[in-house]
Amino acid sequence: MSARLVRHRRGLIGGAAVVLMLLTGVLAPLIAPHGYSNQSLLQRLQPPSAAHWLGTDGFGRDVLSRVIWGTRVSLQIGFLATALALLVGTALGSAAGYFGGTADTAIMRAADAFMAMPALFLILVVVALFGASLLNTALVISLVTWAQVARVVRAECLSLRGREFIDAAHALGAGHARILGRHLLLNAMPVIIVQATLLLGQTILIESALSYLGLGAQPPLPSWGNMVVEGRQFLASAWWIAAFPGLAIFLTVLGFNLFGDGLRDALDPALRGAS
Amino acid sequence: MGVDAGLRGYVLRRLGFALLMLVCVSLILFTLMRLAPGGPEAVLIGGEFSPAAAAQIRERLGLDRPLPLQYLRWAAAAFRGDLGRSFKTGDPVAALILDRLGPTLQLTGGALVLALVAAIPLGVLAAVRRGTIWDTLGSAISLFGVSFPSFWLGIMLILLFSEAFRWLPPSGLSEYGREADPLSRLRHAILPTLTLGSIQMAAFMRFTRSSLLEALRQDYVRTARAKGLAGGAVVWRHALRNALIPVVTVVGLSLPTLVGGAVLTETVFAWPGIGRLAVGAVFERDYPVIMGVNMVVAAVVITANLVTDVAYCLIDPRISYR
Repeated sequence: MSARLVRHRRGLIGGAAVVLMLLTGVLAPLIAPHGYSNQSLLQRLQPPSAAHWLGTDGFGRDVLSRVIWGTRVSLQIGFLATALALLVGTALGSAAGYFGGTADTAIMRAADAFMAMPALFLILVVVALFGASLLNTALVISLVTWAQVARVVRAECLSLRGREFIDAAHALGAGHARILGRHLLLNAMPVIIVQATLLLGQTILIESALSYLGLGAQPPLPSWGNMVVEGRQFLASAWWIAAFPGLAIFLTVLGFNLFGDGLRDALDPALRGAS
Repeated sequence: MGVDAGLRGYVLRRLGFALLMLVCVSLILFTLMRLAPGGPEAVLIGGEFSPAAAAQIRERLGLDRPLPLQYLRWAAAAFRGDLGRSFKTGDPVAALILDRLGPTLQLTGGALVLALVAAIPLGVLAAVRRGTIWDTLGSAISLFGVSFPSFWLGIMLILLFSEAFRWLPPSGLSEYGREADPLSRLRHAILPTLTLGSIQMAAFMRFTRSSLLEALRQDYVRTARAKGLAGGAVVWRHALRNALIPVVTVVGLSLPTLVGGAVLTETVFAWPGIGRLAVGAVFERDYPVIMGVNMVVAAVVITANLVTDVAYCLIDPRISYR
């Protein structure tokens, strides 16, 4: 699989972008040239230059440093929301696929209901009313994304359920928990990993949208979304304030999408370019 | 007759489910709003206020009554089409929503049409010329499309077309005083429609490509080719007509994303639709407006999904009503 992924050029580029973003987030305090809240009114609205590679914002803060620090916020919420969605989606999806019958119908109808709701409206209400903490934001993003994980995991478990090794496990006296945990989920893991990678891109997009609406990380903590909204008011005179954080969101999400596509192709070449 | 009875039963079942979903959505929203810390009194009074003043406001707004009673009163009124009055302005919520629904439908409808008109030819080109530069280009466009934050795309379009070239207006529905001028409205609609449509286009294109590739592998296509039919006719008259059937479902499924995208697009372009109404209402804790907007949006999306599913059954006779 790893050899196939290495040969998949786009997947490799995506993987490299993901690693780069992760390193940027982890090493932010070491590599950011300035503090994210260091202001200098004499330096405000400076265009990109040798001193400030991506220019400065309306408070004279270094845009590059804020983009670097913003990586942390976006990735933290992205990873937390994805982990929660995976936990709930995998548990419910595998139960639906394995047990079938009423459990399957109930879980999948609930998933349909969540997928039919305009997610952003629901997120907007919850975050605005309960506050925009890291946990609240991640929780509510996972609330609207678990259903797609459940669908994929259910489909995979349905196809695995009829295989001989599951029958063999039954014959050897394995219980439901063991079959689900040790056999079904372990074999469904590649599909879950691909889903997680693609979901990370989505959750980062949702987080940035929330920040844009003023419901994500609160200033002065920089998140890419709130940097874009700050830059909106200076668009005519200082385009760089809005342009670079948005570019960071785009490149990160693109990286996760490319990496997810590459992983999927490496795991199952028959699916190449299928979706 | 059998098919009609089957279809009727299916539609009735789906309607029942849709109604149940609306009740669930309303219950969830209602409970969430009442459980949230703080209330509308803080926003309405502003600054410091005494507990007595807060209690007075809660009583006036009916928030002092037991929660189930509040919900039942709201539900009974909503069933009659009365969504209550805005806490903030006192205006009827239904009227506020009706005022804003037109611009939102214009924006989402325009974006949907634009997305389909662009996505289908590009998807066909990518599928027919599979493995060529067209396919690579198509894949790149669709991948970029799903990776763009829509609000940023909107801002970059404003930067380019409004600030740099000064070709198009950056915000609003029309110039002040020219609300009835169709040309002014069209010029204002271009950038928001393009923003919202581009994101949808990427998903539709990806799906058209994969659906057409699947159709091109079918036996009837091989038969049509074996009969000596020209390549274009095989693709457009045979394969594409079948390939577009699943696209109908994807269009239906994309509605929640489209409506969610409208919230951001309306915010970026100061477009006076229900997305902006919702954003304003949640910040002001205007409960009746939040409930009203969410219920109307949920009803529109659920109805559109129902219509899509029924249309799917009617288009493709192989689908059974279960």
